[in-house]
Amino acid sequence: MTFIKPLNHHPKLEKNNLGLTRRDYEGAVSSLCAGCGHDSISASIIESCFKLNIESYKVAKLSGIGCSSKAPAYFLDQSHGFNSVHGRMPSVATGASCANRDLLYLGVSGDGDSASIGIGQFIHAIRRQVNMVYIIENNGTYGLTKGQFSATNDLDSKNKYGDDNLFKPIDLATMAIQLGATYVARSFSGDREQLIPLIMGAMQHKGFALLDIISPCVTFNNHASSTKSYDYIREHNEAVGKTDFVPIGEEIKTSYEEGTSVEINLHDGSKLSLEKTDKNFDPCDAGKSLNYIREKEKEGKVLTGLLYVDSKSKDLIETLNMTETPLSQLHQDLICPGSDVLNLINKDLS
Amino acid sequence: MHNLKKIESISAVNDFVIKFANVNGSGSASANQMFAKAMFRMGIPVSPKNIFPSNIQGLPTWFEVRVNENGYLGSRGGVDIAVAMNPQSYSKDVEEISPGGFLLYDSTWKRNFNRDDITIIEIPFTQLCVDSFKNPKQRALFKNIAYVGALSALLEIEYKVLETLISEQFEKKPSLIEPNLKALNLGRDYVIENLSFPIGITVSRSDKLENKILITGNEAAGLGAVYGGATFCSWYPITPSTSLAEGFEKYAKKYRIEKETGKNLFASVQAEDELAAIGMAIGANWNGARAFTATSGPGISLMSEFLGLAYFAEIPLVLFNVQRGGPSTGMPTRTQQSDILACAYASHGDTKHILLFPSDPKECFDFAAKAFDLADQLQTPVFVVSDLDMGMNDWVCDKFEWDDKYTFNKGKVLSKDDLDEMENYGRYLDVDNDGICYRTYPGTHPEKGAFFTRGTSHDEFARYTEDGDINAATLTRLMKKFRTASEIVPEPVIEINGENSCGVIFYGSTSPAIQEAKDLLKEKGINIDLMQIRSFPFNLDVWEFIANHDRIYVVEQNRDSQMRTLIMAEGGISPEILRPLVHFTGDPIQASFIVNKISEREVNYKSHINAKKR
Repeated sequence: MTFIKPLNHHPKLEKNNLGLTRRDYEGAVSSLCAGCGHDSISASIIESCFKLNIESYKVAKLSGIGCSSKAPAYFLDQSHGFNSVHGRMPSVATGASCANRDLLYLGVSGDGDSASIGIGQFIHAIRRQVNMVYIIENNGTYGLTKGQFSATNDLDSKNKYGDDNLFKPIDLATMAIQLGATYVARSFSGDREQLIPLIMGAMQHKGFALLDIISPCVTFNNHASSTKSYDYIREHNEAVGKTDFVPIGEEIKTSYEEGTSVEINLHDGSKLSLEKTDKNFDPCDAGKSLNYIREKEKEGKVLTGLLYVDSKSKDLIETLNMTETPLSQLHQDLICPGSDVLNLINKDLS
Repeated sequence: MHNLKKIESISAVNDFVIKFANVNGSGSASANQMFAKAMFRMGIPVSPKNIFPSNIQGLPTWFEVRVNENGYLGSRGGVDIAVAMNPQSYSKDVEEISPGGFLLYDSTWKRNFNRDDITIIEIPFTQLCVDSFKNPKQRALFKNIAYVGALSALLEIEYKVLETLISEQFEKKPSLIEPNLKALNLGRDYVIENLSFPIGITVSRSDKLENKILITGNEAAGLGAVYGGATFCSWYPITPSTSLAEGFEKYAKKYRIEKETGKNLFASVQAEDELAAIGMAIGANWNGARAFTATSGPGISLMSEFLGLAYFAEIPLVLFNVQRGGPSTGMPTRTQQSDILACAYASHGDTKHILLFPSDPKECFDFAAKAFDLADQLQTPVFVVSDLDMGMNDWVCDKFEWDDKYTFNKGKVLSKDDLDEMENYGRYLDVDNDGICYRTYPGTHPEKGAFFTRGTSHDEFARYTEDGDINAATLTRLMKKFRTASEIVPEPVIEINGENSCGVIFYGSTSPAIQEAKDLLKEKGINIDLMQIRSFPFNLDVWEFIANHDRIYVVEQNRDSQMRTLIMAEGGISPEILRPLVHFTGDPIQASFIVNKISEREVNYKSHINAKKR
């Protein structure tokens, strides 16, 4: 079921530095339900790429299985996409990123994909510091199979049919901080203003960047007794502050009161600035951040925004001491040792 | 040395089986390997086999070495000389010795063995080492070198050869050369001073190993992957495949370092499990690097879902399956050929995969390198299927060869320029009518060539579709591709030995036993025609051989005669023509087993034919 969008653009559409419009970053027409949070996230990804002047063909979109994993078809048409198997996107992304270090890897997953069937791969991709943006479109439910609980659903939150969820949730964001992810943010699909700078920051970050985005399922998990509904999140969402993405060469203009703002230098020279709502919060200290998230959790709040960042750590490519040239582009002369070497090896073996 | 005069000892030159019985983790492996390598260096065909438990330390382990001037290097059975260094297994080890054979044991603690038909050689190895070495660790370790020293006198192994092997082994730790030589001499001198020697079994320099090397199949395959251009390896430790990934790393670290920067021209990732291992290899191949994974039976089960994806989405992949004893965890340290069907049809839905069956380390090297071309050409997983016997034991094989003029065949991949000239690119358009379509790597062209790789049903432009006819067309095209594959995979090796002979089909590590069985059967007046299958899908030569024989024994190391099933299923061959000849104890098949089975049935066959004639 793929609909073709009309090709003609309005001539006055805004263009970025590459001369591209937002339309150039779109994908196929979404087949998700009307009002699905995932479509808002796709729109924010498109906006982020547009603003960052990203060349689509230098992005690889990867996903697993589920509603969220369909989403990569709905943005960046000129990017290669890979819809892999359930819960296994992290391994495919790991191999892909080792093969060609020059591309931007954008993984899109869901709570079923990452918190259940693929939790092992999720954990190990973080542990290895795969250089990628990992978006979890978190709706607390299995949409494609019609509304079973997922492992991120809150205890006692009810499903659409009125059943209680009997188990405590897995918080992928705090888990990621504990495992050493170097960029961890939580956001809400309905808050584009917060989400877009966070995605842009993640894209410019070197190392594993996790975005746990609460993305309500309008069909199966948007009822009054759900803790992943639009209404619930709007009501309980508490942001750590306001994040701004500052492109390379631009200065942060606003000056904040001492201790209320943090400036983070990203790998490519761009910056993130965070205007904090609470002086005690420090996104550069994993331990403090975890405590702060827990405190807010006890207050019944869902803490969103940039939760943790470390912009200086090594990624997998560095750890493996890989050559600057993508492995996929190494010429045969460099990688095949040839007959003279083989004769020496033969000698050693005889 | 008592009993010597009463019994009729085995007398042989360059033709015997010696079995070392040790305790796992006691450091015996390098001494045993030195013994085998000494035979090799003296130009005598040799086949060492490590028979080890799934254990790190403490359990019995054996090292069986067959020495055979004629080059028969399959497992023989029977033990002519036992070097019994493990009291735990004395009773079994002594019982196994053939009448007229020899037992060498550590007589620091004397024993009675109740065998009056063998020669018992007593050397107090522990006592000798305690007297000569102060360090307790060395005292234990050097017993091993000491028995090699004793054997050098008893069997007339050239001392110079052993001396050279020791200095080579400790080239990087020269301080260890002297104590090792001391230990060697300890055993050797004890024999010279106290016992009569040589015994009836001796070795003598030969010239049978020109242009031969001694290497394990796994190391050969790892080296083959380096030569085949693999730049990415992802793997999960599993016996008996681990040493393959380690072999790749060993050679990559030596020959794949960028001179100017010291950086790696490869990456090897130890994955968290087999699912991740294959996922990474698929991701890397999708992105244009040559990548592989190595595993064994349980890993194949775990990788099956991804194998279906790679098959259906048409992503190249090289997978080494070093088979072990199954089912389930089975016998992790024993050998079988029992994953044939699991590999051929791995994954749900209609799937078929390319399999290559190397029969010695030389073919492990060749097929490893070739597998990357085939995977790229055919855009599908290619399995190199070996086994523990070949993978982990040193085998004598021909020297490796490489043609520097040869260039990698990366298959149908479109460049930016190619795309510029195209109007309408479709990832799954069968432009050349051979079932193989054109790939693009991510990052090739700013506006053209992008597509969505998916495991869901898709049309020729890689778009999702639920149209049954389109999906059926895709499956049909994949079959066309499979037929194309049968034309480019390695052909069988066929040997015709007479008229009206029976046929024998075999593959992989049974090759040495088959070659020996052929000669033994010939002595009995039975000629067999041989076909060594080297790949799946089967090509025309395979069907022709089958068509030309009315009875064919299919020799393999699994219970269910899986290759036979595969042949019957793929070629519609009558079960009466293909006769199972199976061996599945986990020990390598022996020529005598094959000879007995075939001669028994051939006699029946001939009397049946004669009865018909009457």
